[in-house]
Amino acid sequence: MSEEKQIIPAEPGNEFNRRAFFVKLGWGSLSIAAAGTAAFGYQYLSPNVLYEPSPIVNAGKPESYAVDSVTLDVNSGIYLIHAQEGFFALSAVCTHLGCLTAWKPELGIIACPCHGSKFKRDGLKIEGPAPRPLPWLQTWVSDEGDLMVDRSITIRPLQFVRI
Amino acid sequence: MAKTITSYFEELRGTRVWRSVFRSGTGSSTLHRALAIQQNVFLHLFSTKVRTRMLGFRTTWYLGTLTFGTFLILVGTGIPLMFYYHPSVPQAYADTKDLQFVVSSGLFLRNLHRWSAHAMVFLVFAHMFKVFYRGAYRPPREFNWVIGVILLLITLLLSYTGYLLPWDQLAYWAITVGSNIASAVPVLGNKVHFLMLGGNMVNANALLRFYVLHCMILPLVAMLFVAVHFWRIRKDGGLYAHQSEPRRIAGQATVAEAKGAQH
Repeated sequence: MSEEKQIIPAEPGNEFNRRAFFVKLGWGSLSIAAAGTAAFGYQYLSPNVLYEPSPIVNAGKPESYAVDSVTLDVNSGIYLIHAQEGFFALSAVCTHLGCLTAWKPELGIIACPCHGSKFKRDGLKIEGPAPRPLPWLQTWVSDEGDLMVDRSITIRPLQFVRI
Repeated sequence: MAKTITSYFEELRGTRVWRSVFRSGTGSSTLHRALAIQQNVFLHLFSTKVRTRMLGFRTTWYLGTLTFGTFLILVGTGIPLMFYYHPSVPQAYADTKDLQFVVSSGLFLRNLHRWSAHAMVFLVFAHMFKVFYRGAYRPPREFNWVIGVILLLITLLLSYTGYLLPWDQLAYWAITVGSNIASAVPVLGNKVHFLMLGGNMVNANALLRFYVLHCMILPLVAMLFVAVHFWRIRKDGGLYAHQSEPRRIAGQATVAEAKGAQH
């Protein structure tokens, strides 16, 4: 009878049989599923909409800042400085690890309470672990005559706003 | 014949209900006592037989057991604290104050949670120093040491995530500084920072993320690794016996004995 099937023994180079095919298929689909889960998981954990304060801050009328004054706005984390040359805004967030710095009027410097970085009034570092100077922030005068600061845009230093 | 409490207990252990729960049955033979350990879902992680010397204080100083004890206290106090604490920006700080000043026993629970957290970090380090200096990390126990290092990291992460929850100035700035350290990771730093806080700054999303990590994810992962850690003690040949003591050579005192004889 020819119904007897002849089993061909797997020889080297001829080992791709049905079982190996399904094993590969199984691992392949699991890998694709795992990669997809990782990708979707990453996307899920990155918020698409943030309910954070706007980076644009209205700092009020320029007249309210006396010449040679340094004013810290604690809520927005910026200094508004009225120098002889004009107005400019400086980030008050330390470039080391993100603490809020403070203006020391008696010393005429900006100091960070966390790890002791010290800066000049124009943001240049005097000492401490801060890797960069405090950045200057985009500043302009709105149509209503208010000083506006965009905390998300840093500019090159010494670009004063003259009124 | 007057019945003693022990005999009542023996009777209870013979009842059908008791036998349905504890299958090892009555009796105090070595076999019965071994079965009592081996057939209990929690105790079967441990060895059925231990040398009495290994249970003495000197062998381990009980540091691992004490660490696990503080972990149980932290679970036991942390869950009641969750009944009064809302992980939201307007409420978190006020809830913490309420727990301290308004809720009955709230101050006790919060302080117990806090002190146990400090104790756990201390005990984990003490346990690791003990294991390290006794050489108990060496083969065949090297993989259990690795699990121990993972448990150390989980403990520190639990400490760190719990630190933000009171939502006071200390918490806020500590997490600001800590998350900025994470952004120092090369290339991925800012992404890690963003994912960790769920935004660019420590805010509502960060508080919620740290809360979920602190109350759900990290404790569950910790329990998983603790179970493996305990089970590996048995699999790696039981608690480490101090085999590295200087061998006694015939007719010669050990260094310790020679020193002792001088005094």
